[in-house]
Amino acid sequence: MATVTQPAALERPFWTARLHEWAVTVDHKRIGIMYVVMAVVFLVIAGLEAEAIRWQLFVPENTFLGPDRFNQFFTMHGTTMVFFVGMPILIGIANYIVPLQIGARDMAFPRLNAFGFWVTLFGGLLAYFSFFIPGGPPAIGWFAYAPLTERAFNRGAGVDFWTLGLLVSGIGTIAAGVNFVATILTLRCPGMTLTKMPFFTWTMLWTSVQILLAIPPLTAALVMVEFDRALGAKFFNPQNDGSAYMWQHLFWFFGHPEVYILILPAFGMISEVIPVFSRKVLFGYEFMAAATMAIVFISMGVWAHHMFCVGMNRTLDMYFAAASLLVSIPTGIKFFNWLATMYGGRISLASPMLFACGFLSMFVLGGLTGIMLACAPFDFQVSDTYFVVGHFHWVLIGGTLFGVFAGIHYWFPKVTGRMLSERLAKWQFWLLLIGFILTFGPMHISGLLGMPRRIYTYLPDRRWQIWNQLSTIGALVQVPSYLLFVINIFWSLKYGQPAGDDPWDAWTLEWATPSPPPTYNFEAVPTIRSRRPLWDAKHPDDPDWKYE
Amino acid sequence: MMSDSTMAGSTIIGAANGLPAELTSPASDWWRSHAKVGMLAFLLSEVAFFSTLITTYVVFLRQTKAGNPSPAEVFHLPLVLTGTACLLSSSITIHLAEKAMRTGKRAGFLGWWGLTIVLGATFLACTGKEWHELICTYGLTISRNLFGSTYFTLVGFHALHVTVGLVLLSTIFLLAWRRALSEQDHTAAEVISWYWHFVDGVWIVVFTLVYLIGR
Repeated sequence: MATVTQPAALERPFWTARLHEWAVTVDHKRIGIMYVVMAVVFLVIAGLEAEAIRWQLFVPENTFLGPDRFNQFFTMHGTTMVFFVGMPILIGIANYIVPLQIGARDMAFPRLNAFGFWVTLFGGLLAYFSFFIPGGPPAIGWFAYAPLTERAFNRGAGVDFWTLGLLVSGIGTIAAGVNFVATILTLRCPGMTLTKMPFFTWTMLWTSVQILLAIPPLTAALVMVEFDRALGAKFFNPQNDGSAYMWQHLFWFFGHPEVYILILPAFGMISEVIPVFSRKVLFGYEFMAAATMAIVFISMGVWAHHMFCVGMNRTLDMYFAAASLLVSIPTGIKFFNWLATMYGGRISLASPMLFACGFLSMFVLGGLTGIMLACAPFDFQVSDTYFVVGHFHWVLIGGTLFGVFAGIHYWFPKVTGRMLSERLAKWQFWLLLIGFILTFGPMHISGLLGMPRRIYTYLPDRRWQIWNQLSTIGALVQVPSYLLFVINIFWSLKYGQPAGDDPWDAWTLEWATPSPPPTYNFEAVPTIRSRRPLWDAKHPDDPDWKYE
Repeated sequence: MMSDSTMAGSTIIGAANGLPAELTSPASDWWRSHAKVGMLAFLLSEVAFFSTLITTYVVFLRQTKAGNPSPAEVFHLPLVLTGTACLLSSSITIHLAEKAMRTGKRAGFLGWWGLTIVLGATFLACTGKEWHELICTYGLTISRNLFGSTYFTLVGFHALHVTVGLVLLSTIFLLAWRRALSEQDHTAAEVISWYWHFVDGVWIVVFTLVYLIGR
């Protein structure tokens, strides 16, 4: 590919040539980087929206945003974080790492890969274009409950841009899912049986299966919304036999598996980082793989725990509560295996491990509030309050984001050839941890005190003020953390210590290539005999394959 | 792409994507061919997509049957059965075409593959005629009532898949006609036939649900 484009590219001025190279690339590494850059840009945008929301709630009866803007901001904040930050950053990192981990030279379908990225980006731009139209962005919440999305209640085109943006980016996500499944199942290097795959690759395989099962139902549901709006169909229009309740089922059938799409890759990253920085093999590898599969399948059948307050019926409530509680078993297995991996290890608290420990300690708390919410009677009390907001931010930031930061700090040297500054990384970690606890901890309390989510202001006599102020201060504490992260990236790109091939003395194949890896990844296709090929290479006297 | 067609053997699958031969395997082992695994993964996502549309149809069935006009008033089985017979038999003809391809019988392949296209097109024509009748005679449109909404969405998405299938089938047919079908395109023809079988399978469910149960 590169040899074809080079002569043309050389005639262009430097920057256009560079831009052209990136625009036409089908290299999984470049596409991975573009996914991550896209996600970070949207992270900044959605983060600013969150700061504005928090500022509005700092004092009772604030007029900073006003009700319309407030509704638009929380809608776009949620939508952006899930679709244009969470999934792209995970798919991007996996795009870069998975082919390297399995000893392949690229993804199975490089052009489909590029298509997936550009379509995802286009979907994000489409959704954000709604800021520039009359009526502005949609004010429907990220789960867009019917009949609020019907034409009668939302006459502006904001909802249409939102619907089409998600539909289009969903197609990109499905393309990525197809590509990962084909890549992981067919392009593993000789010797790498399924049970010898690096664990991150395992989680990406199951994440992709979940993408294939969960995103198409959303696509179908979005089509119905758009048919309702543009063609006058009646799907979610209760006045014409349609059903708003049906939308909730369809949306959450996607929406709940979606949170596992967002957390499983983070589980995978943690499972790479913890062994390397504990100097031990991953404990209970087979159980970890089986637990991942169990999470995927169980989580396909728990969606209506988001709907306890709709008034389904007792049997359904009981089923969905029990099924939701069931998910905690495989997740618990994972937790104990991570702890067992660390137990007795020579633990080094370098930045990736620091974030991994942050993940372990925070995610378990989010899991516990999840168990509380899975119990229908408790959920009746706190549904649609800030308790729920606190819970899912706890798992998505305490889980996914800490996991992603662990992964980024772990793999940055491989991608750029330079080490990140440990000093800046530690400041980033502690500011994030403190800011995060301060932001989302008080939300549990304001929720228990009865503060509903999505209200743009509140009266002073509700005793909610102090908790909201703590949340807002926490949100402000997080800002320098993200700034330090971006500064660290740019600083390290220029002044970071050269990393070498294998700065962490790690064991999987991505560390067997130069940093950054050449376009073709591996000079010779590796052959492996155990889960830790680099250990085997470094310790020929005591290789792993004797014991596995 | 065209230069690839001059290369022989299984290496061709990898060569098109710039992958070395040792990373790809003979197309005969389907679980080692990324084209085949990729198609199966894609079909899995299609199952999820159609399941959603079908489930929606089932959930709204009570309202659908009571619609004005209702399914019982507007459906005429002879036309639908003709289309159904065409589509289902096209699964057999594409299977025969594939068999002819594997044994290297060019005329047999072109004949059966071409017949598949004709049968698929006939199915689409039947759907077109039916829709024309529904819209012009009975005034049933997607916005008329919930029946119209669910019916046109479900049957329409199936027809869209048939249309995409016809484009794919015709592409392979033209390549074979011009003797430009490479080894790699053989795998393509095979996975397209899988897609076609899938579209047929969906129709069996849609037909049973919409025209038999849903009347």
